[in-house]
Amino acid sequence: MAETREYKGIALIRAEPPCGMITLRGGPDAAKGLATAGKRLGVKMPGPLGAELKDDRGLLWMSPDEVLMLCPAEDVPDHLDALRGALKGHHAMAVDTSDMRVRFSVSGAHAREVLAKLCPLDLAPDRFGPGHVRRTRLGQVAAAIWMRGDGAFEVICFRSVGQYVLDLLQVAAAPGSEVHLFSQPVG
Amino acid sequence: MTSRRIAGKGRFIDSSSKVAFTFDGRRLTGHPGDTLASAVLGAGQVIMGRSFKYHRPRGPVAAGPEEPNALVELGQGNRFEPNQRATTTALFDGLYATSQNRWPSLEYDIGGINAKLARLLPAGFYYKTFMYPREFWKDIYEPFIRKAAGLGKAPTEKDPDTYEHVHYHTDITILGGGVAGLQAALTAASGGARVLLLEQSPHWGGRVMADGGEIDGKPAADWVAATITALEEMDNVTMRLNCMGAGVYDHGYLLGYERLRDDTPSLPGPRHRLWRIRSTRVITATGAIERPLSFAGNDIPGVMLASAVRDYLELYGVAVGRKVVVVTNNDDGYRTAIALKAAYVDVPCVIDARPLGGGPLMREAEAMGIPVERGRAIGKVKGGQYVEGVAICSHDGSGGVFEREIECDAVAMSGGWSPVVHLWSHCGGKLTWDAEQALFRPDAKRPPTGADGEGFVLPAGAADGELLLGDVLGNAHDAGREAAKAVGKTAKVRRRPVAVSVAQAPILPVWMMPARAGYELRSKAWLDYQNDVKVSDVALAAQEGYQSVEHTKRYTTLGMATDQGKLSNINGLAVLSDALGQEIPVTGTTTFRPPYTPISMGAIAGEARGKVFQPVRRTPMHDWHDTHGADWEPVGQWRRPYAYVRRGETVHDAVTREVKNVRQGVGILDASTLGKILVKGPDAGKFLDMMYTNMMSTLAPGKCRYGLMCSENGFLMDDGVVARIDEDTWLCHTTTGGADHIHAHMEEWLQTEWWDWKVWTANLTEQYAQIAVVGPRARTVLEALGGMRLHPQALPFMSWTDGQLAGFDVRVFRISFSGELSFEIAVKAGHGPALWEKILEAGAECGIQPYGTEALHVLRAEKGYIMIGDETDGTVIPQDLGLNWAISKKKDDFIGKRAQERVHMADPDRWKLVGLLAYDDAVLRDGAYAVAEGRNANGQRNVQGRVTSTYYSPTLGRGIAMGLVHDGPNRMGEVLDFPGTDGKLYRAQIVDPVFYDKSGGRLHG
Amino acid sequence: MLTFRCPVCGVDAEETELSPGGEAHLKRYGPGSSDEDFSGYLFQRENPRGVHFERWRHAYGCGKWFHAARCTQTLEVFGTYPAQTTEPPQEILDTITKKRPGWTWRELGAK
Repeated sequence: MAETREYKGIALIRAEPPCGMITLRGGPDAAKGLATAGKRLGVKMPGPLGAELKDDRGLLWMSPDEVLMLCPAEDVPDHLDALRGALKGHHAMAVDTSDMRVRFSVSGAHAREVLAKLCPLDLAPDRFGPGHVRRTRLGQVAAAIWMRGDGAFEVICFRSVGQYVLDLLQVAAAPGSEVHLFSQPVG
Repeated sequence: MTSRRIAGKGRFIDSSSKVAFTFDGRRLTGHPGDTLASAVLGAGQVIMGRSFKYHRPRGPVAAGPEEPNALVELGQGNRFEPNQRATTTALFDGLYATSQNRWPSLEYDIGGINAKLARLLPAGFYYKTFMYPREFWKDIYEPFIRKAAGLGKAPTEKDPDTYEHVHYHTDITILGGGVAGLQAALTAASGGARVLLLEQSPHWGGRVMADGGEIDGKPAADWVAATITALEEMDNVTMRLNCMGAGVYDHGYLLGYERLRDDTPSLPGPRHRLWRIRSTRVITATGAIERPLSFAGNDIPGVMLASAVRDYLELYGVAVGRKVVVVTNNDDGYRTAIALKAAYVDVPCVIDARPLGGGPLMREAEAMGIPVERGRAIGKVKGGQYVEGVAICSHDGSGGVFEREIECDAVAMSGGWSPVVHLWSHCGGKLTWDAEQALFRPDAKRPPTGADGEGFVLPAGAADGELLLGDVLGNAHDAGREAAKAVGKTAKVRRRPVAVSVAQAPILPVWMMPARAGYELRSKAWLDYQNDVKVSDVALAAQEGYQSVEHTKRYTTLGMATDQGKLSNINGLAVLSDALGQEIPVTGTTTFRPPYTPISMGAIAGEARGKVFQPVRRTPMHDWHDTHGADWEPVGQWRRPYAYVRRGETVHDAVTREVKNVRQGVGILDASTLGKILVKGPDAGKFLDMMYTNMMSTLAPGKCRYGLMCSENGFLMDDGVVARIDEDTWLCHTTTGGADHIHAHMEEWLQTEWWDWKVWTANLTEQYAQIAVVGPRARTVLEALGGMRLHPQALPFMSWTDGQLAGFDVRVFRISFSGELSFEIAVKAGHGPALWEKILEAGAECGIQPYGTEALHVLRAEKGYIMIGDETDGTVIPQDLGLNWAISKKKDDFIGKRAQERVHMADPDRWKLVGLLAYDDAVLRDGAYAVAEGRNANGQRNVQGRVTSTYYSPTLGRGIAMGLVHDGPNRMGEVLDFPGTDGKLYRAQIVDPVFYDKSGGRLHG
Repeated sequence: MLTFRCPVCGVDAEETELSPGGEAHLKRYGPGSSDEDFSGYLFQRENPRGVHFERWRHAYGCGKWFHAARCTQTLEVFGTYPAQTTEPPQEILDTITKKRPGWTWRELGAK
């Protein structure tokens, strides 16, 4: 992944620096302990398919019993300690997964269609926007996609396929490949 | 040289400028907006190819995607592409085209000799000829057939262009941008639904662009322009030209095939784009295709569809001849006569098969001075490479007597229209026969159905069997309203557009002209131009007992290859029905399969080529390996170093060096690909006892245990070391290939069988880099890094501990897959490369060297350790491998336990694991079989075992192998024969599979 | 290419995001079961032309298994429901009865 960190085609593709990630798993019986995560970050617990974000931290809904916590890398040990304390006695899991995934951003007027070339989601602005997160297939690998407040998309995938995903996004953003979809708001 | 340009005509071309191109080596010019076909015709050439079987000269018969004849090879070198239709190839400066199926030239073709042998090459010729003797199949018949088969030449160079997919979701997709598609879009979009409108050609408007007409008091072309403007202003409408609806599939899935750079190859961007569309409703406004008429000589260059003659004239300003005879069985053919006459092209007569002729259009033609021959037929076309005239006769006769000949250089034929029902039919839409119009049309009561069980495709316009302009628009408007309603919107456009339709006299279905033609004429009347299938061939098939239209298609090749019978199907099945003495709907149609017309392989592959053809998984230390001589081995999608090859070494040398270095000093292995699954919860122990054959619940925290995992049918699926982390947490290591599917396997059982068990799992495989430090000096190296006590009392064999090495937080497992003293160190993936280098630095004094997967294999095989995928193949149970010790006898149940009690599983006759020592310094071949006495029913030698792993062992200095052998463990010392594929006999002795350090002393060092 | 609404996360997922898991509602037979019961569990599968109950996993999404009732002939989906059940919910059975009167599947459906 060393050679290219940023690529400008019909969208701007960037390999984002690592951030802290904590995987939380738990059922309704551990809800109170899990809510600690939101409190520590100052965000709400996300509902189904929701992303609750504030600057460089937030919570992503992964499944009914899994939430992914995003935070600055240096905060991970403290968060983990606090969460494990809060979850003590409950059937739940809090585990550091910061190194497991890599993160990219896709921005610019054609960002939506770059992603639409690679994943089967409905990315029309009224169907997918800030506050949503979707786990899906990007090319031939698993990925999760959400939007930042500034309109850029963030994409995470497993670390081992980071180069593949970076290459894939670059191919999809190649010059001259505009599809001119989603450029107008849908009524 | 009869076709030519007509000044002042040609809606689509810009006659004020020129475009230069090359056809069969000739430099020609056309105009911007031309197709290749219109440009070649405009340059005075009608012949554009040769037919496949008889190599007959052929000119274009159509002007659109249904064209069967004018197939060319486009481009040169890496942009060479065969079988491209000249009628849908947009002309551009520098276009290079070559005609197909001819040698040495179009005008003089040696293969044309086949035409002389036509009588000897009837339907089913290949099936009848290449049957006996059987010995000829492989070496004589097959090469002959392969040489003869195939249209055009395959490209040989790598395609320089790029391709892509795009996924798009919409409420309504309209396939076809003629007036029906435009009206349907206008109506459907007016209620706010998301509408996608696709048109395969570079122009909106469809047939009215050539045929004219009046809509809402405006010339049709003006109405088209105004409608396009209106649609473009709507935010909820997306429109694409040059984008063909290629296929309609289950649950509203569609493929659109967009051609972006075919005529602008020098611009950046993808050449083709495949649209993967999900649409709640689909409107097929795909129009209709005119049918040829079957008369003798109907394939001679210059015989064309009447509508194509109009298209060439009105759209491209090309008259296909100087004297054009029109032959028809319906009123539409008169449009061509009228258009030609109005452009001052001579029309000697219209031959109308109907005894009373047609309606107002006929009268209009007559008023222009065009004679009409009522109740007449073309008996035959005179000419060879081009049309010289036609002989006419009574349509209701046998054609035995020709009444007279009419000199002409082109024939425009109209056999009626067939709605393009392909896209309606792709996903199961049924058809109904409209006897009045003599056409199959969509049966609205039997549409293709979607996930909700409702019909999701609505036909519109001519595609629904409406052939008059007013009916087309009204029908399309209704389809638009219905589609809007189906997606929860109310169309705001309420008024059907008003168009004046000219009344038409009924069509007379004509399937052979003249109606009672004898064999002589039928054997010269073409049904399928591309495959050289004639009326007589289909009749012969019926005579030989073919009744199913699908069988007849395969037998005669009617409707096969690139055009899939767009022109020939209806005529062919009508002829078949006639021969079988049954009604057309009883015969039915062949199956319409996607894509509608061929799409490029590049579009199908999309972005998945070159470096993103497939994901390649890289470990955190990938780049280090890459710069240190790694000879890569694909392991699933991972790339792992097979060996690190030094200058002057062969790969084999490197493996030998790496093995010796581990046995004698210390080696380092990137084991990051091994699966690492965290299993946690009050029921985790109980759960793992079900997952593994071993007892995992009794494992003490801090300890490791080698575990086996079986599938429910008892077969060994995966293995690995399980570490107990704390009271309710275990970490399960899997094989490299197992990480994802074992995690999925665990989740499957937890979610679908034991959903009340309190267990969480997390697949942490990629969170950690895992580095194995292996060999008698392993401890020395790690202790040099500082931070942890690793002596045998602090960290005995099969235990783990957390700590720090060289300042990194690590977890160290004392486990071994080599038989040597060995530590596996897990560190956060981001720290992997740094720790790897630290270990190499610290180990330099001890001569540490990295080793790859092949050395790993040799090391494990020397110790008799099994490898999933080598010793197992989905049919092997742990008991076959002597692993009974790892199967708990205390447990009531585990996945696979019941299956292992089945009679065959407990059979003492199963093949079991042994070691094999080859004689004479040989290394046995992987997979080699040990033969037994006798032969089986197929005459093959009986077998009694096979090699599962085989290597040259540097430690022992000879070949070693493992294998599964019938009753093997009880046959120590016996010698087995392994006949090689090289003709030699290899012999090996059955031995204990542990070849090295049987006592295990080194392991515990 | 099929689409199913994942009953767990509510997403309309297409086939490329899903992995198939064969027939639904198999009852597991373990040690101590008869050969007949065990082979029925391990090998005997329905292969109907019509109503069928299947397992699918939203593999490229929430990762959860779910059940789907669909028609193998028309590909109509009668409904999807979570995997944590040994039989289809009554609501799904009613839907099928309404759309396919007289349907049967193993011991379910018309008697």
